[in-house]
Amino acid sequence: MTSIEFAKRIRRTAISMVHRAHASHIGGALSMTDILAVLYSDRLNVRPAEPQWEGRDRLLLSKGHACVSLYAALALKGFFPEEWLDTYGTDGSLLLSHISHHVPGVEMSAGSLGHGLPYAAGLALAAKRKHQPHRVYVILGDGEMDEGSNWEALLFAAHHRLNNLCAIIDYNKIQSLGDTNDVMRLEPLADKFRAFGCAVADIDGHNHEALGDAFESFIHETERPTVVIANTVKGKGVSFMEDRLAWHYKSPDDEQYRQAMEELAL
Amino acid sequence: MRTAFINQLIEEAARNERIFLIVGDLGYNVVEPFRDRFPERFLNAGIAEQNMTGVAAGLAREGYNVYIYSIANFPTLRCIEQIRNDVCYYSGNVKIVAVGAGYAYGSLGVSHHATEDVAVMRALPQMAVASPSDPSEARAVATLSAAYDGPMYIRLGKAGEKQVFPSGASPVEMGQPHCLREAESPNLLLTSGSILSEAVTQIESLGIDTAVYTLPFIKPLSADALVQLAEMHPNIVVLEEHQKSGGIGSAVIEQLSDAFADGTLKAWPRIRRVATGDCYLSTAGSEPYMRRKAGLTLLREYFETK
Repeated sequence: MTSIEFAKRIRRTAISMVHRAHASHIGGALSMTDILAVLYSDRLNVRPAEPQWEGRDRLLLSKGHACVSLYAALALKGFFPEEWLDTYGTDGSLLLSHISHHVPGVEMSAGSLGHGLPYAAGLALAAKRKHQPHRVYVILGDGEMDEGSNWEALLFAAHHRLNNLCAIIDYNKIQSLGDTNDVMRLEPLADKFRAFGCAVADIDGHNHEALGDAFESFIHETERPTVVIANTVKGKGVSFMEDRLAWHYKSPDDEQYRQAMEELAL
Repeated sequence: MRTAFINQLIEEAARNERIFLIVGDLGYNVVEPFRDRFPERFLNAGIAEQNMTGVAAGLAREGYNVYIYSIANFPTLRCIEQIRNDVCYYSGNVKIVAVGAGYAYGSLGVSHHATEDVAVMRALPQMAVASPSDPSEARAVATLSAAYDGPMYIRLGKAGEKQVFPSGASPVEMGQPHCLREAESPNLLLTSGSILSEAVTQIESLGIDTAVYTLPFIKPLSADALVQLAEMHPNIVVLEEHQKSGGIGSAVIEQLSDAFADGTLKAWPRIRRVATGDCYLSTAGSEPYMRRKAGLTLLREYFETK
């Protein structure tokens, strides 16, 4: 399966999950889907049958509300049975509506924003101190960059030369109550990361080749942590969801679900 | 107390290579020997407690037993959500060491008064809470914490606390009250933290006949042991350098109340809490001054006398 096909399957699965569960946050799940598709297609060194294998690359999802895409990717990769996805958000399910580390393949629980990057820095530092070659990736939301803890962690990661750490900003430019640059201006974002001492790739977060190139540059970094600014579209892949704040909250009704599946036909 | 703790931690680190120490840009003249001896397991995380705690949680996830060292409320209240979500939820092997319990930094102001920390930290699931009362208990807690796999809050005084327990004292055990002296008396003084030495001076000058126990661990806290003490000494005074609400006295009352409810404790003892009220102290002052101002003074009337 190509990463493009994989991304489409993740999107279809994620939309089915939120439709079934009447859940929120599909917009931000769709915006980061291509990032996951590229990482899990051939970038991450992981063993689905052995999720806690010590040599694995670690991928953390700090924007834990967008969990459906990651659950879908992990199930499609074989970390756990796809049937589990049907239980998403239901009584007693391990598949909480914010990412949970009790699910095989999930490194960290998240929900409150601004927690993933410091934790990832700890994982990356441990790898350095133990001379282990694996890498740590963490996907953050753009609105999440309002949190001061992320900037503490960036200072830290650059100071300690955590070149094994890659932060990916899902820059869909819409946060809970509006456009990121209306709520609290992030721009010039790339310059901020550079000023903090990071290597920066400012790319189209839906272009698999560009994502692949950015991750390739990351693994050749010798001194600096990498930040990939993935410029994305909230709700990407479903015409009526794209760039709409409402899809941070709404769940597709039956008709919308049918239309979404049609647009994402395999 | 802090020096005794760190020196013991160095000894533990020499035989346990999982021990990692992170300081929040504090610990001048205390932590340097650890840094010099174990540079690969030491880090100054700067003045950024949220990140420090997240980093510690990540290191713990990778197998380290991580000590975070800072003062007052900085490694607790400042980053409480990281402690809850990123440490406790995983039963992460992170030890939070705060120097300056209570009013140890009296003159530095309310920001530096740690008087709600016990209440907050003991409310967290999985979190153990240690509060040594003298240098020997601090060393014992260092040793116990090094062997303990899980989150623990360690509340230390500052520097120069007197050794109170004699060299032959019973060992410190997690969850157990620690006997300083027994007495054929209805009175029991329970306390925890560096206020112990002042408390002992006060009961001696008042000529009070009382058993004295410390609580080197406020959580876990053995209900059975407390029941046994309450049956022997039905007049209990709990002295603590912490606010009354949610503190050490509260922990004692909760355990005894549950024991009373299920019938393990037959008769309810008289329990007087001597603790800070619902207030902040905004004047300058030494620790003894602040303690007096907060009413943390033992009075004869609290105890039964012949």
